[in-house]
Amino acid sequence: MHAKIEESFRRNLPAVDFCSLRLVDESSEDICVRQDVLEPVHRSTDMGAMITVIAGGGLGYAATSDLSEAGIRSALRDAQYWAKRTAGKCVVDFSKIEMASPQGEYRTPVRSSWTSMSLKDKVSLLMNESQRLKTDDRIVDWEAGMSFVETRSLYLTSAGGRVEQEISQLAPSLVVTANEGTETQTRTLNGHGPCRQGGLEVLEEVGFLEAAPVLAAEALQLLGAPNCPSGTMDLLLAPDQMILQIHESIGHPLELDRILGDERNYAGTTFVTLDMFGSYRYGSELLNITFDPTLPNEFASFGFDDEGQPATKEYLIRRGILERPLGAGVSQQRASMAGVANSRAQSWNRPPIDRMANLNLEIGSSSLPEMINAVERGIYMKSNCSWSIDDSRNKFQFGCEWAQLIEDGELTAIVKKPNYRGVSGTFWRNLRMVGDEKTHDILGTPNCGKGEPNQVIRVGHASPACLFSNVEVLGGE
Amino acid sequence: MQEYFDELTEYATSLLTGDEVLTTSFSAEDSDFVRFNQAAVRQAGRVVQKRMEISLIRGQRHASVGMTLSGGLELDRAHVRKQTISLRELLPQLPEDPYLLYSTDVRSSETHGENSLPEASDATSAILSSSRGADLVGLYAGGGIHRGFGNSLGQRNWFSSYSFNLDWSLYHRQDKAVKLNQSGFRWNAAKFDEKLAGGKEQLAVLSKEARILKPGRYRVFLSPAAVWEIMGTLSWGGFGLKDHRTKQTSLLQMIEGAARLDESVNISENTAEGVAPNFQGAGFIRPERVPLIERGCFQSCLASPRSAKEYDVQTNGASASESPQSLDIEEGDVPSSEVLSRLETGLYINNLHYLNYSDRPNCRMTGMTRFATFWVENGNISAPLNVMRFDETLYRLFGTNLIGLTTEREFMLDPTTYGSRSTFSARMPGALIEDFALTL
Repeated sequence: MHAKIEESFRRNLPAVDFCSLRLVDESSEDICVRQDVLEPVHRSTDMGAMITVIAGGGLGYAATSDLSEAGIRSALRDAQYWAKRTAGKCVVDFSKIEMASPQGEYRTPVRSSWTSMSLKDKVSLLMNESQRLKTDDRIVDWEAGMSFVETRSLYLTSAGGRVEQEISQLAPSLVVTANEGTETQTRTLNGHGPCRQGGLEVLEEVGFLEAAPVLAAEALQLLGAPNCPSGTMDLLLAPDQMILQIHESIGHPLELDRILGDERNYAGTTFVTLDMFGSYRYGSELLNITFDPTLPNEFASFGFDDEGQPATKEYLIRRGILERPLGAGVSQQRASMAGVANSRAQSWNRPPIDRMANLNLEIGSSSLPEMINAVERGIYMKSNCSWSIDDSRNKFQFGCEWAQLIEDGELTAIVKKPNYRGVSGTFWRNLRMVGDEKTHDILGTPNCGKGEPNQVIRVGHASPACLFSNVEVLGGE
Repeated sequence: MQEYFDELTEYATSLLTGDEVLTTSFSAEDSDFVRFNQAAVRQAGRVVQKRMEISLIRGQRHASVGMTLSGGLELDRAHVRKQTISLRELLPQLPEDPYLLYSTDVRSSETHGENSLPEASDATSAILSSSRGADLVGLYAGGGIHRGFGNSLGQRNWFSSYSFNLDWSLYHRQDKAVKLNQSGFRWNAAKFDEKLAGGKEQLAVLSKEARILKPGRYRVFLSPAAVWEIMGTLSWGGFGLKDHRTKQTSLLQMIEGAARLDESVNISENTAEGVAPNFQGAGFIRPERVPLIERGCFQSCLASPRSAKEYDVQTNGASASESPQSLDIEEGDVPSSEVLSRLETGLYINNLHYLNYSDRPNCRMTGMTRFATFWVENGNISAPLNVMRFDETLYRLFGTNLIGLTTEREFMLDPTTYGSRSTFSARMPGALIEDFALTL
């Protein structure tokens, strides 16, 4: 099928400045056991192609699920139509934009394929984990699930570029909810953050098979816990909250399309401006942020982005200084600034835009006990459950499922409904200690929303635990 | 399109053996998307997509598969056949599902929209021509939306609509902007020019020096769009039957405790006056109206077929997510013309942004002001405001601290396009509220 589509594209190439076809062929399976009952098993297949044409300075795209030769021809006509109608009316003269014409391939390394276990065995495994979550009458809802996606893509350009990629991703989940009267508390496996590339080996890597009894016990502990106190104090964040902090207050503000204004009507603008790169102190000396789609098992790895730029690891922030934006080929040329290979689309039916992929905070040298010992009055929070930030990505408030007070260098009382708020710039400049490899975790999110038309995309984040000073902490009602 | 869907459903039905039952659910669109920045085009294109979901049921065992259709009958028939066989092979591996519920009462229906849309490129030219020199950013999305349901019992439902949604904003500088929207079934260039002129007038106020507020409690007016943002967050786990029965609803204090909203607050799922199809994926027809909150107190939940079976109640045709699609808040008694004078001194908030729960069991939400938010003094708009964070419970916002809801309401079409263009809508009044907590 893919070969026929490639032939159709090559045979019908129009005489334009640039033309590409991006084919996405995705299959997925979702299995979930809730309250020891199997939820409907859902499978999905999705295949389509996006044609992009640059002609006369305009750019047009056309996405179609009709992959016959007639369908490809029709999409080529539609894309040419829009290129012609937007010529001279675009934010940039696209005829001056250099598009990549790559050759290559990429495959997720998989040790234990999704199909190596029967559906019956997968259901049995999830049933077992579900049963282990129900440890008490106060547990009112609980579920164990796995979501697997396999994506095969083919990127072709009119200049002969050809990239084939095959990505396998698994997102396991555990959720347990306890209730007593007007109090309800939920614990999840890493705040829905355990998702990686690979096969069934991911289950072991993220600790899926050990977590159920711990999560159930913690949900029950939270029911009887006092409210998180309010005040300014030190804040120690576990990796499953750090990933949200990185995502919202470093990832999104550094997207070059936001800086260029494309996102202002929907996701928002950013406090970051082009003149900040190279000199702006984003965080303390300990802050090192990299964009790295080359890591083999992180959730958003690839060999090439969706406009054919080869993946490379790049520092965005080094020793606290802002170096480079999250901007792909088109944005880089619009801004005359180096960026990264991050042109990504949700699927064949959406055009690529500047996106996060794997965005990581590099490992430091402090152990978890060292960080706890360094705190006189503070709090340790883990597992994100609430996120809100302004449209310039400055004033944020985030909440976690679970927290424990730190008093005189020791972890003490467990508290419920922990939240904290601050302003991105000052928050990162208060980064006081960065955890070592033992505190580090590789996580991600399958649901990052952005763009017009709207797109959700899978993003990877890895981080050690980190300690921050002078943070405003608050609890529930 | 309808005939095509019917033909595939007939074909899938012809593949059944023994006592198998099959349902099909169809979703398609033919959309043009034009993205603007600085009154120029960033990306423009067309998306043509068709998807069908097949569920195969034998007794209490069932499984489903979603597939993208090519639009070529022969190819799609082969795809349907392959997937149906694959589902048949899957069923013996699955346990019986105690919560399976699908409609066996055959209720067919058809709703056909009229296509009065212009070529998207003509609307684009009009937008670009009128807004030359302005900093306009946003998205024009327009075209046909089609939904269908079918089953092997003979039920057929069809819905088609041809609409556009121009969701845009006009910028002064940095984050100082006016949010605007024009949506409907017929493009009207004069109306766009009128909105553009109105937006430019507001930009003049936004160009004044911004007032910076300290955290504290203030009297505010929330526009209908801002009220919808709050209701959108409440819809996330607030109204679903499963969330209520598992005590995860954000209305827990209303269900288990003594919390309530003001007597004037009546909230319903008003399918009859919305623009979404009145059927759902298991073939149930939604009632015209489901009262959710009446006179400030909980009235009923949105119950999907699966939850209804699990908790032994009647379904009211809710989708699997049990979220409203056509949310409606009844009007109040504050004339819109009196909003500024009754606000007297405080904030006029046109838009809110990025809301989330900061204490779900107590229905406390945090979020930001966004776009045109103004400081009002002695009943007059006096200055733009820099963005502020709020953190408040629903029970204070629409309960103890509610001054009143406006007599006029705004009907808004959801501009979101995740996966496909939305058919959700809302009819909301504005709200005058005192002691609104700004925290950052």
